[in-house]
Amino acid sequence: MTRFWPFAAFAALVVFLYIGLGRDPHEIPSPLINKPAPTFTLPELYKPAQQFSSQDMKGQVWLLNVWASWCVSCREEHPVLMELSQKHIVPVYGLDYKDTNVQGEAWLREGGDPYTLVATDANGHVGIEFGVYGVPETYVIDKQGVIRYKQIGAITHENLQQKILPLVAELQAK
Amino acid sequence: MIPELGHFSLIIALFIAISLGVLPILGAARNNSVLMSMARPLAVGQFLFIVLAFAALAYSFLHDDFSVRYVAEHSNSQLPMHYRFAAIWGGHSGSLLLWVTILSVWTVAVATFSKHLPEEMVARVLGVMGLIAVGFLLFMLFTSDPFIRLLPAASDGQDLNPLLQDPGLVIHPPMLYMGYVGFSVAFSFAIAALLGGKLDATWARWSRPWTTVAWVFLTCGVMLGSWWAFYELGWGGWWFWDPVENASFMPWLVGTALIHSLAVTEKRGAFKSWTVLLAIAAFSLSLLGTFLVRSGVLTSVHSFAVDPKRGVFILAYLVVVIGSSLLLFAWRAPKIGLGGKFDIISRESMLLSNNVLLSVAAAAVFIGTLYPLFMDALGLGKLSVGPPYFDAVFVPLMALTILMMGFGALARWKQSSMSELIKRVRWGFVAAAILAILLPFIFKHWTPMIVLGLLMSFWIVASLVVSLEQRWSGDGPFIQRVRSQSLSYYGMHLAHLGVAVFIIGVTVVNGYQTERDVRMNVGDTVDSGGYVFRFDGVRSITGPNYSAEEAHLTVTRDGKLITALLPQKRTYNVSGMPMTKAAIDTDIFRDLYVSMGEPIPDSQGAWSMRVYYKPFVVWIWGGCLLMALGGVMAISDRRYRIHSRKAALIAEGKQPVSGGMATQGSPS
Repeated sequence: MTRFWPFAAFAALVVFLYIGLGRDPHEIPSPLINKPAPTFTLPELYKPAQQFSSQDMKGQVWLLNVWASWCVSCREEHPVLMELSQKHIVPVYGLDYKDTNVQGEAWLREGGDPYTLVATDANGHVGIEFGVYGVPETYVIDKQGVIRYKQIGAITHENLQQKILPLVAELQAK
Repeated sequence: MIPELGHFSLIIALFIAISLGVLPILGAARNNSVLMSMARPLAVGQFLFIVLAFAALAYSFLHDDFSVRYVAEHSNSQLPMHYRFAAIWGGHSGSLLLWVTILSVWTVAVATFSKHLPEEMVARVLGVMGLIAVGFLLFMLFTSDPFIRLLPAASDGQDLNPLLQDPGLVIHPPMLYMGYVGFSVAFSFAIAALLGGKLDATWARWSRPWTTVAWVFLTCGVMLGSWWAFYELGWGGWWFWDPVENASFMPWLVGTALIHSLAVTEKRGAFKSWTVLLAIAAFSLSLLGTFLVRSGVLTSVHSFAVDPKRGVFILAYLVVVIGSSLLLFAWRAPKIGLGGKFDIISRESMLLSNNVLLSVAAAAVFIGTLYPLFMDALGLGKLSVGPPYFDAVFVPLMALTILMMGFGALARWKQSSMSELIKRVRWGFVAAAILAILLPFIFKHWTPMIVLGLLMSFWIVASLVVSLEQRWSGDGPFIQRVRSQSLSYYGMHLAHLGVAVFIIGVTVVNGYQTERDVRMNVGDTVDSGGYVFRFDGVRSITGPNYSAEEAHLTVTRDGKLITALLPQKRTYNVSGMPMTKAAIDTDIFRDLYVSMGEPIPDSQGAWSMRVYYKPFVVWIWGGCLLMALGGVMAISDRRYRIHSRKAALIAEGKQPVSGGMATQGSPS
C-alpha cells in the first residue's frame, strides 16, 4: 500500500488548500467595525516601565498599526508609513505584536520609526481582542474610540490615498 | 486588431494542444504510427500560435495600446522601452502567457532533439506536455485573458509596479519559469515511462540532460531572485524565507535530488520508483509554487496580483495533474521494480541518503511555508513561521547533506568500504577542521556557526582535492590523465565547489557583516568595516518616470578614495509610490551598501542612512553561478552527443545535426 501514500498525502493537502482559498486573509471583514475598540494598557517599547493606555487617545482620530519585526509584509508597508508620518496628518501608534523588545527596537532602528509611540503586545493578548488576523493590520479609530476601518495586510500607497486619508479627514472634521 | 489576433491565436493553440494531448497518446496505446507521427508537427504548430499570441501582447505593450486592459494596468507611456517589454510578465495574465510560451518552447525543443528516441516515447512525452498546456491555456482564456479590451481606452496606463522596474526583474521571471516549466519535460518523460511500463536506464539517460538544463535555469532564476531582493528591497538581506521564495526553493531542492537520482538510475538501474516520484514531485512543486503565488492563499511581499477566484481554477488543475500522475504512479510503480542491488556503503547509498535529506529539507520548507495555512484551516489560530524555524531546521539538515556529499563523490558504485573511505579523506578532513577552527581567530570573531560553515565548505574542497588527486595520478602523461576525465565528472565537482563557495559566502556575511544606522548631517562620516563613508549632500534628479532625491557619499579607506555611492529615494510619477534604491559597490571580497532612510525634519539637510559592510556576499550568488556552470558542463559531456549522433545517423541515414541535444540550453 506504500505506493498510495504520495497520493493520499496530496489529497490531504488539497483539502487544506481548498479551505485556505475560502479564507482569503485580505477579504474577511472585521466584526469589530463600528464597534468600540477594545481598551488596553500595555508597556511602551522604548520605556517598558511606562504604560500606554488606549483611553488616553479619546478625543483624537488615530491609527493603530499592528506590526512585528518577524513580519515580511511589514517591510513592504514600511515606506508608506514613513511617508505618512512625515506629513503629520494623523498620529500612528504601533502595536509590536508577539515580538521581543530587542528585536522590535532593532527593526525600527534599521528601517526608521514612523510611530508616535509603540506599545508592546509580547504575548499577543491585545492582538486577540482586536481579532488580529495577519500582521500587518491597521485600524482607524475615531474620537469616540470606535473602530471605523480595518486594513488587513500591508497598507499600500493607493489605499492610503483613497480610503484611509479621506476617512481620517472626515472623522477629524466631526 | 492585433490583440484580437493574439486572442484568436490562443484559441487555435488550445485546439492544437488538445489534439497534441489526445491523438499521439492514443496512437501510442494502439500502436498506430500515423497518430503517433502527428506529435511533432502538432508541437510545432502549438509553438507557432502561442508565440504569435505572445508577440501580439508584446506589440500592444511596445505601442502603448491602452485599449487593452492588461496593458493599461501594467504599463505607462513614460515607461522606458525595455521595461515595457518586461511588463508583459509584470502581472498575472502575462505571467501565465509567459509560462505557456516557455512550455511551448520546451515542447518544440523536445520535438526537435528527440530524433533518436523511439516514436512511442516521443508521442507520449509530447502528448503529456500538450495536456499540461491545455490546462494553462484554458485557465488563461477563461479567467485571465490578457487581450481583453478596455473601452473606452485609457488615456494612459497605471504603470508597472516600481519594484519590478529593475533589470534583474527583466530576466528573473523568464529564468525561473524556464526552470519551473523545464521540469515538465522530466515529468512528461516519467509519465510516458509509467504509461509505457518501460522504465530503464535509457529512460534515465534521455531525461537526464533535460532535467539538468531545467535545473540550471532554476538555479539561475532563484539566484537572480535573491540578488534582486538584496539590492532592490533596500534591507540588505538576501533571503527572507518568504512563501514566494520558498515556492521557488522547494522545486530546486527536489530537482537537485532528482538529477542525482537520475544519475543512479542511468548508471546502475537503481532507485527507479524513487526517481519517478521525484520527477513528479519536482514539477508538482513548480505547479504548487504557481498556485501559492497566484492564488493569494498566503500573504507575501512578492504576490503582486492575486485573485481568489483564480485560485479555485489552479487548485482544480493541480488536482487533475498531480492527482492523476500520483494515481498512475501508485498503479504502475510495482511494474518498475526497485532495480539493481547495492551495498550499505556505496555511492548509491550515499546518493540515496542525500536524496532523502534533500527531500526532507524540501518537506521542512513546505511545512514551514504552509503551516500558517494548516493551522488556520484547522481553526487553531493564526501564526507566522519565520526565519528562526527555517534556520533551526535547515542548518543541521544541510550539515548532514554536505558531509554525505563529500563521501558520495568519492565512494565507488555498488560497494565501497567505510574504513577505506575514511582512510582516504582523513587528512583532508583534519586539515579542513583545523583551518575552520583557526581562521575565525585571525578575523577576531569566533562563533560555532562560523566554524561549522567553514568546516562544511572546506570539507567539500578537501573531498574534491582527494578525488582529483586520485583520478589524475597514475600512469601516462599528466595532461592526458586530466583530459581523459569526463566533462560530467568535472561538472559535478564544479557544482559541488559552487556549494562550497555559497556556504563560505553565507557564513562570512552572517558572521562578519556590519550594519550602521545613523543620522548624517552634510559632511558627517561613518565608519563601517574599515571603510569611511562621508555624506556630501543630497540633490534632486528626474528620471524617465520618477523623480528622486540622490545622496552622494564618498567612500575612503586609509585616506584613499575607493568610490562614490549614490543611493536614491525615488517617487514614481504615476503610482506615487516611494522606493528606496540602494547604492552598492561590489568587489569579490565585500559589498559596500548604502540605502537612504528619511530626511530628518528641522535639520540642515540631514538624513538617516543605513550603511552596510557585507563581506563575501557576492560569493553567495557566485556559488550559485558555479553550480549552474557545473550543470552546463555536465550536459556538454561527450556521451550525450555521441549517443544522439550515432542514433541520428542510424535513424536517418544522413549527417547528424550539429551538436545534438547537448548543445542547447546554456543559460544566456
